[in-house]
Amino acid sequence: MSEILTKSRARNVFYGGSLFFIAVFVGLTVQSHNYVVSTTPALTDEVILGKHVWERNSCINCHTLHGEGAYFAPEVGNVMTRWGVLDDPDAAAEMLGGWMDAQPSGVEGRRQMPHFELTDEEKRGLSEFLRWADQMNTQSWPPNDAG
Amino acid sequence: MKYQSQKVALAYFSVAMGLFAIQVLGGLLAGWIYVSPNTLSEILPFNVVRMIHTNALIVWLLLGFFGAAYFLVPEEAERELFSVKLAYLQLAILVIGTLGAVVSYLVGIHGGREFLEQPLWVKFGILVAAVIFLVNISLTALAGRKTAITNILLAGLWLLCLLWVFAFINPDNLGLDKMYWWYIVHLWVEGTWELVMAAILGYLMLKLTGVDREVIEKWLYVIVATALFSGILGTGHHFYWIGLPGYWQWIGSIFSTMEVIPFFAMMSFAFVMVWKGRRNHPNKAALLWSLGASTVAFFGAGVWGFLHTLHGVNYFTHGTQITAAHGHLAFYGAYVALNLAMFTYAMPMLLGRAPYNQWLNMTSFWLMTTGMAFMTFTLTFAGTVQVHMQRVIGDYYMDVQDQLAMFYMIRFGSGAMVVLGALLFIYSLAAVRKTAPAAHAVGEAA
Repeated sequence: MSEILTKSRARNVFYGGSLFFIAVFVGLTVQSHNYVVSTTPALTDEVILGKHVWERNSCINCHTLHGEGAYFAPEVGNVMTRWGVLDDPDAAAEMLGGWMDAQPSGVEGRRQMPHFELTDEEKRGLSEFLRWADQMNTQSWPPNDAG
Repeated sequence: MKYQSQKVALAYFSVAMGLFAIQVLGGLLAGWIYVSPNTLSEILPFNVVRMIHTNALIVWLLLGFFGAAYFLVPEEAERELFSVKLAYLQLAILVIGTLGAVVSYLVGIHGGREFLEQPLWVKFGILVAAVIFLVNISLTALAGRKTAITNILLAGLWLLCLLWVFAFINPDNLGLDKMYWWYIVHLWVEGTWELVMAAILGYLMLKLTGVDREVIEKWLYVIVATALFSGILGTGHHFYWIGLPGYWQWIGSIFSTMEVIPFFAMMSFAFVMVWKGRRNHPNKAALLWSLGASTVAFFGAGVWGFLHTLHGVNYFTHGTQITAAHGHLAFYGAYVALNLAMFTYAMPMLLGRAPYNQWLNMTSFWLMTTGMAFMTFTLTFAGTVQVHMQRVIGDYYMDVQDQLAMFYMIRFGSGAMVVLGALLFIYSLAAVRKTAPAAHAVGEAA
């Protein structure tokens, strides 16, 4: 064993093999990039604004979005489906705005969502962003509306 | 300590341990908010606490890696560092950036990509610091003796710094954003950081066991080969449900299953080297941490990673407390414990004395490891209940969380144990009695 697998052979396998896997990975990245671009709905200004609102307020550090984030608050990748407003932008914005305005609930022993000062435009953007995310092809994840 | 410039590691390790304390205290607070959710909810919301917990962890681990590189590369290359001033400048930039990030989080200024929430100027600061580091350490290594340990360490550090570029790439399309985000997050912890880990572990084994360098270095190449061969395409296990093509379910399942191999290999490597080694090194605590790190990494990253990596399983467990259980044990075993092993090994030499406070140090190992194992079991059970109620039955999230209250109380208790261990560890290294005999020759002989 030690004669077949010398240090320099082990080193060459490491460098050569790694380059091979990096090349495969880059190739699949290009394909996946094109797949995402061609399978997602068009990006509107509202959706882009909504993503900035989502990021500026660090929503990901309580909620999950498509299962990624913190596990302190509910999944929001399918929240518009759960609320039954996926196909109704006006109702979605109203529902989300109403929910956010009511926070924090202040109920003792209940997890508290902070109050975020958002303009109507920003609330609309956020709900459009979440509706957009809900329409991504997530390979039928999550298993049910509970998220 | 053979070379004067190795001393910069002392500053890196000290700052790292300070941030370590902040990290675990932040974690304890977050754990308490799960138990008593109204705590500080108006002035310090959970999302800010969590950012401090995760960011402090990442920064202190990186500082530990940088410090370890500054400590071991001069010895491996058999020459002084290219520039001590640059090393301190790099540290100053990182400290200012870290403090700036914490202050800006507290006043509500941050980004919103998980773990990459730092304001843009801090990200640039990290980039500048990384460039300074790479220049400094590469010029040192190139001018001196080249060993497999430095080759692998530098390959890992170069790649991890290059991947930082993805911190600046944030596409408007959420699917692309998520895909490229993993190029940092996954390719750091399940790729490049494993190279750093293997190199540091190899160095510690070389010093602590006295096994022949040729043997150690050959196996290091085998270990890091299995790490990258599995880890690069293993990224696919994050691509199942975020809008990417379905073929990632197969690529991700197959390759991430093989990600167990490097962790098993590192654990076996560490134990075999200790058995083969003839040297009876006086720093028992460093040996305990080295063996502990490789063992807990195998369970946390390897076993608990495999537990939910197959796409059929992950469909149900994705984004639940199962993920949290795995995350905690994997980070603790692979990167926290490894860094603490390096600190424990290097600190006596940096201070020019024989190993000290070893009993306290080893007690802190058992406290932290037991606490972390208990937390992992608790969260695994919580996650199992959550998966069944939420993903199988379809109960709503908050209804399920109410059922998990008892698990969160136990988790807080185990977290308190970890914090106690962490503070004891820091104390054991920081509190050097002045009256102790200055027998620094013992450490240097190793």
